Amino acid sequence: MGKENEKVVLLDFWASPYAMRTKIALREKGVEFETQQEDLWNKSELLLKSNPVHKKVPVLIHGGKPVSESLVQVQYIDETWTDAASFLPSDPQARANARFWADFAEKTISFEGGRKIWGNNKGEEQEKGKKVFLDSLKVLEAELGDKPYFGGETFGYVDIALVPFYSWFYSLEKCGDFSVEAECPKIVAWGKRCVERDSVAASLPESEIVYQQVLKLRQIFGVE
Amino acid sequence: MADEVILLDFWPSPFGVRARIALREKGVEFEYREENLRDKSPLLLQMNPVHKKIPVLIHNGKPVCESMNVVQYIDEVWSDKKNPLLPSDSYQRAQARFWVDFIDTKVYEPADKIWSTKGEVQEKAKKEYIEALKILESELGNKPYFGGDNFGFIDIAMTGYYMWFEASEKCGNFSIEPECPTLMASAKRCLQRDSVVNSVPDPEKIVEFAFKIRKIYCV
Repeated sequence: MGKENEKVVLLDFWASPYAMRTKIALREKGVEFETQQEDLWNKSELLLKSNPVHKKVPVLIHGGKPVSESLVQVQYIDETWTDAASFLPSDPQARANARFWADFAEKTISFEGGRKIWGNNKGEEQEKGKKVFLDSLKVLEAELGDKPYFGGETFGYVDIALVPFYSWFYSLEKCGDFSVEAECPKIVAWGKRCVERDSVAASLPESEIVYQQVLKLRQIFGVE
Repeated sequence: MADEVILLDFWPSPFGVRARIALREKGVEFEYREENLRDKSPLLLQMNPVHKKIPVLIHNGKPVCESMNVVQYIDEVWSDKKNPLLPSDSYQRAQARFWVDFIDTKVYEPADKIWSTKGEVQEKAKKEYIEALKILESELGNKPYFGGDNFGFIDIAMTGYYMWFEASEKCGNFSIEPECPTLMASAKRCLQRDSVVNSVPDPEKIVEFAFKIRKIYCV
């Protein structure tokens, strides 16, 4: 049996932007997969066994073998299901450039970075968080330029890495009292373009629903 | 047309050394250019405007940044040469990338604190550093290298830290070998490879450098 046909299970949490990357990648390749929703406050035995080092979602389990870390998973998916178009360009320089920008996005636009905005009340800490977020997003916007996607004409690796956070913009805006569109219009236009793709629409939750989750988290962390 | 390969680097950098090793593993001729990190060259600022950091590989005028990115690029471009740096199987490649990500987060952060802090902060960093090394040692198991019989991607990533072991031990006043004997054995094996011997500075010089910067950063 070809490796491509072995069972694919994703240990998931619906609001995790990291898990969204993996789901987008699987859907782009037309791979059938099952998701198992994890309760992050009560992690399953399977999760703890499959990702003993970090104990985090997402975990991709292919033919019983686990792969952890979302960008590692996206690259694995790209290299395993090779019938569909690759997420990375074929030229090594362009590939290195894509990896660089995905790495930049990974380091600068993150759950923890977002938490500095939604996890704080109005004040100095929140302002610092907003500045770091917007400064980084502007660098990404400059790299995007007038291209439809980060890779140019085709949706690819960098887009997959960054687009999940588009579903979190609304929450950051509401909690931080600012507008991403006013600061980074090209990024928002790019986000809207990406969400028109089936793989992205199916993987990103509605922004309002993410916001409800963020309000819950604020309560849990005692922010209000 | 002959390839023009330039490496912008800084001699004690655990990241820069990865690029040097990868180029030498592939037998690629390159021009090494030492950067003064307190007075960065216009070329460095032009080739890596986002991070302004070394290493930067400049291949026929085009830059590649981020050390493990550089290593992958070298592996892909000089793929006809001996010594593949990444496994060919996609699952093995995913494992290699996972462990490099682990190294660059869980080893990097405490390692950095060992030379630059003291007291309680340093004690905590030493503990986290050893914990991370033990996890890596468990992954290594009985293999000579992380790559199995062959020196590869994870080993290259770790060699940057292996070359700093002595400096870390002296700054932190602790010993790694009793905690991680098989990892240390693999480290010694890596440090004996030709590509590594030719790329890694004298450990004494790294110790000297570490104490010099410790005086500046550790207040």
